[in-house]
Amino acid sequence: MNDQASQPFSRTHCEKPKDCARTARSARRLLGYVFLLAALTFLSGVQPAAIGAASAQPASAPLAGADLAPALALLGTDSYGDTDAALGRLAVSTNTRAADIVEAIRDGRLLFDPQSKAVFLRMPDGAVTDAATGAAVGAPPAGLRPVRVNNRVRRAIDAAAGALALLSPDNQKRLAAAAAVFKSRDVSALPILDAALAKEGDPKVKTALEQARAAIIVASQSVSEPERVSAARLIAARGDQDALAILSSLPPNSPDAVKAAAADGIEAINRSLAMWAVAQNVWYGLSLGSVLLLAAIGLAITFGVMGVINMAHGEMVMLGAYTTYVVQEIIRTSAPFLFGWSLAIALPLAFLFTAIVGIIIERTVIRFLYGRPLETLLATWGISLILQQAVRSVFGPTNKEVGAPSWMSGAFDIGQMSITYNRLWIIVFSLLVFFALLLVLKRTALGLYVRAVTQNRRMAGAMGIRTGRIDALTFGLGSGIAGIAGVALSQIDNVSPNLGQGYIIDSFMVVVFGGVGNLWGTLVAAFGLGVANKLLEPFAGAVLGKILILVLIILFIQKRPRGLFALKGRAVEA
Amino acid sequence: MLELLGRAAKGLGVLAATAALAGTIGTASAQETIKVGILHSLSGTMAISETTLKNVMLMLIEEQNKKGGLLGKKLEAVVVDPASNWPLFAEKARELITKDKVAAVFGCWTSVSRKSVLPVFKELNSILFYPVQYEGEESERNVFYTGAAPNQQAIPAVDYLAKEEKVERWVLAGTDYVYPRTTNKILEAYLKYKGVKPEDIMINYTPFGQSDWQTIVADIKKFGSAGKKTAVVSTINGDANVPFYKELANQGIKATDIPVVAFSVGEEELAGMDTKPLVGHLAAWNYFESIKTPENDAFIKQWQAFMKNPKAVTNDPMEAHYIGFNMWVQAVTKAGTTDPDKVIATLPGTKQPNLTGGVSEMLANHHITKPVYIGEIEENGQFDVVWKTENLIPGEAWSKQLEGSKDLVADWVQLNCGNYDSVKKTCLGSVTK
Repeated sequence: MNDQASQPFSRTHCEKPKDCARTARSARRLLGYVFLLAALTFLSGVQPAAIGAASAQPASAPLAGADLAPALALLGTDSYGDTDAALGRLAVSTNTRAADIVEAIRDGRLLFDPQSKAVFLRMPDGAVTDAATGAAVGAPPAGLRPVRVNNRVRRAIDAAAGALALLSPDNQKRLAAAAAVFKSRDVSALPILDAALAKEGDPKVKTALEQARAAIIVASQSVSEPERVSAARLIAARGDQDALAILSSLPPNSPDAVKAAAADGIEAINRSLAMWAVAQNVWYGLSLGSVLLLAAIGLAITFGVMGVINMAHGEMVMLGAYTTYVVQEIIRTSAPFLFGWSLAIALPLAFLFTAIVGIIIERTVIRFLYGRPLETLLATWGISLILQQAVRSVFGPTNKEVGAPSWMSGAFDIGQMSITYNRLWIIVFSLLVFFALLLVLKRTALGLYVRAVTQNRRMAGAMGIRTGRIDALTFGLGSGIAGIAGVALSQIDNVSPNLGQGYIIDSFMVVVFGGVGNLWGTLVAAFGLGVANKLLEPFAGAVLGKILILVLIILFIQKRPRGLFALKGRAVEA
Repeated sequence: MLELLGRAAKGLGVLAATAALAGTIGTASAQETIKVGILHSLSGTMAISETTLKNVMLMLIEEQNKKGGLLGKKLEAVVVDPASNWPLFAEKARELITKDKVAAVFGCWTSVSRKSVLPVFKELNSILFYPVQYEGEESERNVFYTGAAPNQQAIPAVDYLAKEEKVERWVLAGTDYVYPRTTNKILEAYLKYKGVKPEDIMINYTPFGQSDWQTIVADIKKFGSAGKKTAVVSTINGDANVPFYKELANQGIKATDIPVVAFSVGEEELAGMDTKPLVGHLAAWNYFESIKTPENDAFIKQWQAFMKNPKAVTNDPMEAHYIGFNMWVQAVTKAGTTDPDKVIATLPGTKQPNLTGGVSEMLANHHITKPVYIGEIEENGQFDVVWKTENLIPGEAWSKQLEGSKDLVADWVQLNCGNYDSVKKTCLGSVTK
């Protein structure tokens, strides 16, 4: 048991695990005392300075850079702990340069000289200035290094930037600042928070500021009990997971009244969150359903309408995604201003490209195999391998980055439910594709021919329809739609040669479950399976959930071999 | 099930093509050469990671030939493609050893592929260098593990989070197969030993290639709102990572809220992602491309020249092959022969400078000493090292955290045994649990 790595607290040899645990424990206890001591000395050093800075606020305009000196001294030491402490001081600084310095740390523009520990600020235009005074430095010393940032420092930056922006004239900035302080719960920000609250006019910002204040004082020992209780109630009224986090992390020595108020709040929040969770799961289900629909809808044509067991369907999706990648690469290098439109440009191109590939496959391979499902299966499987390896040889085996236009990133909240934009657009898009396809099949001449040929080939031929041509076009249509699906899926999945593999099983599942040859069946099956999967997942887990769905489908197909919406009448036999 | 069937059948399909490929390379030897087998998938799901390793091996062999080869002979690479198909790995390994008579094999990525070739290497008494971080619980005479054992990656990462980020609540998320399952078992035991309560640990497994992470990310968010600092320890493998990180970004989980430390995400994987929303998420490795040493600079330059791509990135398993290959070269030179028994006996104790400024040593348990680095993702797709171990950590074959493995010792020098039970004082031999 002398494992140096796994037990950083104990560097001693010990024979038995028990001994080892004991040494580790005592060592930890010792370390704990040391830390406590260090923390005490540290606090006693910091606190007066912080308070001093805060109370000096109304006194006089600070000398250029004078009160920044202790913070800047800490920034030159290249230690995350010191940077953290420095940010704590900057947060309560009244110096107008503090915000610039915090921002410079965030952007990696604050530099220090490892030798002299002097700190410099590089302006966005590249000029190097003295961090304390803002005066330009003619010849900055060589070997300047940026002040390094890790998660701990990033948190301190957010807190400091928040505290410093509390008095900003911009409503949006104050709102963001209040949210930052709510998150950091930094006690030292309290005086500024009070000052900001006193002169706040905007009701929305005021609520946010009050919540931020409540988040700080609810855990504070130096505030009266009734005030803490009302703070707990105020936080509980937010009703979200952040509120839950604050209420459940109250210090254990809080008065009972505060604890009780927090417990009530937690219970109420949990109740409302549980209700929202159902809505959230249904939404996730619809979102998964839309992905299934997109992946399956092309197959609903090639397999559902034409009866071709098309194992290369997934690769058509993959080709569509790669088309998006190529379009974006071209836009990036030659016309960056078009980037917001890259997906719109990729859509028709992906459709055309995959449709042409589909038509070539149909004309060269599949048309010789109509009526021989096993051979079709093997041939299309082979094609799928060829396409995969071809893409791998051309683009390499690694994932390609497909960027998201800004209108597709981020999320918004409805109640306690968060809805991500990319998923929302994919749902909308999948429905658009579905109804467009329905329109093509039901309302256009091509659609009429397709239906005629698939329902009764010989009769259609006798009526003068060139059945071979229609076969090729139908297969092209199905492939083209798979390509369009690829454009959408490039936004949520990997763009790699394996992209298609992940969807082929799901696609067949949806088409077979929905009823072969019925587009509406595909729609209902996709969304049904999506929602069922997502409602099962929280209980059964992702792995078991998927298995359960498969078992249910197998049982269902046993009962109804033709799927949910079976075609009836003579068309079935054709 | 269907997927497995599909993969197996697909492998068969590629078999013919790869056999032809291997044949042409194999027969090109006119004068006498020393053959080196390269057993990495060049097609199928694992091609994404393994193709790079094949290339780095070709580069290392070319480099060695420029220096005059080995024992006065030129080295010759024999490349085969096991096509991400686990049984095919065993077949290809057998082909390399019996037909091509290779002196050593460098290969495998997934644990299941390693397990599949183990019996072949034992039976035919050859040497395998395995370059990927793995779950431990294994030490074979014919295998040299140049990737990280759990104590060289997973456990230091957890220690870092507990100490530096003050994490008290843990999500162990992984893909559902042997490496994440064993690693998470070790981590769970370790965390409990460190005093973490069972209700503060959430374990979640997802299928290979999981692309819909909405529910799981929402669960993580919920788990993280219990008022204690929460982190995700991710053993999510391969392709599933991109949609996972995309979902994290979209649901607004930042590294400052819930950091994710990953054991399978390196420079190569980040190349396919928009890294801006990922800044601050972590990875634990024994090597990062961003580490500044003269050796590493030279290696990166050589690699980019070899790939004719100034943007080609390097990663941890590549360094493992670099160390393993050079150790093998040293051992063969010292032994004066490529005879497997002699090389296996010579390898322990071999020292090889790694790319990050230290000197790695092959240990008696066939694992090596490695430094551990924790890096945070930067906007440019590289890692900023925020923490590292002072010394090199010796790799442990058997976890100290698991019941049934903590008494086992692997020592091929003194004990000539991979799983010596230090309590019963016997070698368990090939009877592994």
